[in-house]
Amino acid sequence: MNNSSAILQLQQVRKSYPGAVSTEVLHGIDIRINHGEFVALVGPSGSGKSTLLNILGLLDRPSSGTVEILGKDCTGLDDAGLTRLRGSSIGFVFQFHHLLPSFTAEENVFLPMLADTGHFKPEMRTRARGLLARIGLEGFETRPVSRLSGGQQQRVAIARALVMNPPLVLADEPTGNLDRASGQQTFEFMRRFNRELGTAFLLVTHDPGLAQRCDRILTLEDGCLINENKSSEADLKGALTAMR
Amino acid sequence: MRFELHMALRFLKEGRMQTALILAGISTGVGVIIFISALIGGLQESIIDRTLGTQAHVVLRPPDDEARPQLDRQREDVLEHIQRPAQRLRSILNWPRLLTELRRRPGVTAASPTVAGSAFALRGTANRSVALRGVDPESYSGILDLRTRLTEGTFDLTGTHIVVGVELAKELGLSVGDTLRLTAPEDRSEVFTISGLFDVGNKDLNLRWVFVSLREGQTLMNLSGGVSTVEVKVRDIFSAEKEAQEIHAATGLKADSWMTLNSELLTGLRGQSSSSVMIQFFVIVAVMLGIASVLVVSVIQKGRQIGILRAFGTRREQVLRIFLLQGGLLGVVGSLGGIMLGTFLALFFQSMVSNQDGTPLFPVALTAALYARSVLVALITGLVGAWLPARRAANMDPAVAIRYE
Ligand SMILES: Nc1ncnc2c1ncn2[C@@H]1O[C@H](COP(=O)(O)OP(=O)(O)OP(=O)(O)O)[C@@H](O)[C@H]1O
Ligand SMILES: [Mg+2]
Repeated sequence: MNNSSAILQLQQVRKSYPGAVSTEVLHGIDIRINHGEFVALVGPSGSGKSTLLNILGLLDRPSSGTVEILGKDCTGLDDAGLTRLRGSSIGFVFQFHHLLPSFTAEENVFLPMLADTGHFKPEMRTRARGLLARIGLEGFETRPVSRLSGGQQQRVAIARALVMNPPLVLADEPTGNLDRASGQQTFEFMRRFNRELGTAFLLVTHDPGLAQRCDRILTLEDGCLINENKSSEADLKGALTAMR
Repeated sequence: MRFELHMALRFLKEGRMQTALILAGISTGVGVIIFISALIGGLQESIIDRTLGTQAHVVLRPPDDEARPQLDRQREDVLEHIQRPAQRLRSILNWPRLLTELRRRPGVTAASPTVAGSAFALRGTANRSVALRGVDPESYSGILDLRTRLTEGTFDLTGTHIVVGVELAKELGLSVGDTLRLTAPEDRSEVFTISGLFDVGNKDLNLRWVFVSLREGQTLMNLSGGVSTVEVKVRDIFSAEKEAQEIHAATGLKADSWMTLNSELLTGLRGQSSSSVMIQFFVIVAVMLGIASVLVVSVIQKGRQIGILRAFGTRREQVLRIFLLQGGLLGVVGSLGGIMLGTFLALFFQSMVSNQDGTPLFPVALTAALYARSVLVALITGLVGAWLPARRAANMDPAVAIRYE
């Protein structure tokens, strides 16, 4: 893989949270995610997956090490710079859907566009409706999200993550709160967007079956990446099962 | 619609109960401010009206006119004059030119020449000491419009016509058409025909003031062609003293404003104003704290949503504006409620406190300026109250805000 296809590159990223006893959560992580990849991030609870995702998504800064997005070093950026870069290049899907409860499905979807330009334009609604239709939510556009099912809400969140057409979507346990069928369905939609739009996904999951269906699996344990190898399927399955 | 405004309205709508309660609080506060301002404003206006209703704003006299007891400036102290040897009134030199100059001053709305002195009114065997005022009816109407204060007859001072107060008329048994003899010092005397009776709302003045033409006044006071005072009305009553000093500097005449003549009243009014300002200030502080505390709670409640907005590219200053806007909107909308409440209170109070005949004791001063000022004050109060919560929201760490369910 050459450098030009990297969306995101982490080098020797460490993160400690200040406190009575300062605890280091991430111990020197190197990650590289390329355009169009579909990557799983697995690991036991408390291993630092969400912390890592926050750093990847520019929501948090590493204590040391560098984060590069589209070849650009983010270390020196101020909050406004990070926000701009985040808004344009990264979409988020959280474990709990994290939609704005009093907004309709389409409003939630075009909200990032609205925040970006400051003014509403009718094209925003058109784009939001298009995405909702592609994710099987035709007819639910103007429904307040509080009156959608968990799976539907998570699909709205995926549409929202894609609305700015970012090269990368970070998804923190997007299926963790759904039953098996809706989890499967949600996963399928992400895979399809990955194929059709070329959007890269980094997906945190506890579900070995889903992890197996990704291009690549990153395993985090106690703040270290221990395994970046798809071949040892059996080991992984065993590890994941043991974790549960 | 602007993104920030959209979000601000949404957040206010989501916090329905809080929004309604704080709006009620702001309305109450602004209502109190409006009520107090209208009350104090109306009271002061009516006091000043009553004081100035029969007074010129500035009175000009010849420079070497000796000091008179100030309280009786208007009434031309009769007793003093009787006890002292009769003295010649002095005229203001070149008064027609003075009038032209005065009327040219931008701050002056009217100037009128007057011959003022004391005399006796005789009717049969009865007599009363009176304050004689020879005036030019045309220009004097700019100082005190007697035509609107007549209870009977007309304001006619031509020839030997005279207009007297209702009290004097009662005392001497006079009515329109009757005659009355005035005797001035040095036994100058004239018989006048009553053309009208006035009531200026002051019993004493209704008893003592008698109005004759300038010419008759000059004759009786032996001031042929002269005037003893020039009375002036100014545009802004509180600039009367400044105006008086300027006229004094320009002409050398003695110039007394109503403000120096009523300094105690003025002190009282100022005290009243400052206590009203104090009350308003503390009401504003209370409203501001109310807005701040509601928004602080809202920031905590909306932490997750703020985190989401930030994750999806909303900038810090946008979050800041969302919450400042909420403060501003609360202030403005609350002040509209306050205007209704305050207006209602003021009008209710006015209807409660009335004279026996049902007319209000004094009108409350509900002005457009008061309303505009209240909205502005509420807007600023809302913005200031929202400042700290807004800062807090803007500085929220999005990673922390979205972490936990
Ligand atoms: N803000 C914080 N302050 C202090 N410690 C924190 C903070 N956030 C996370 N941690 C700690 O960092 C470690 C990693 O947390 P993290 O949420 O990244 O784990 P995770 O892998 O996402 O777990 P899970 O699978 O349960 O979501 C945990 O021990 C957690 O207690
Ligand atoms: Mg986590």
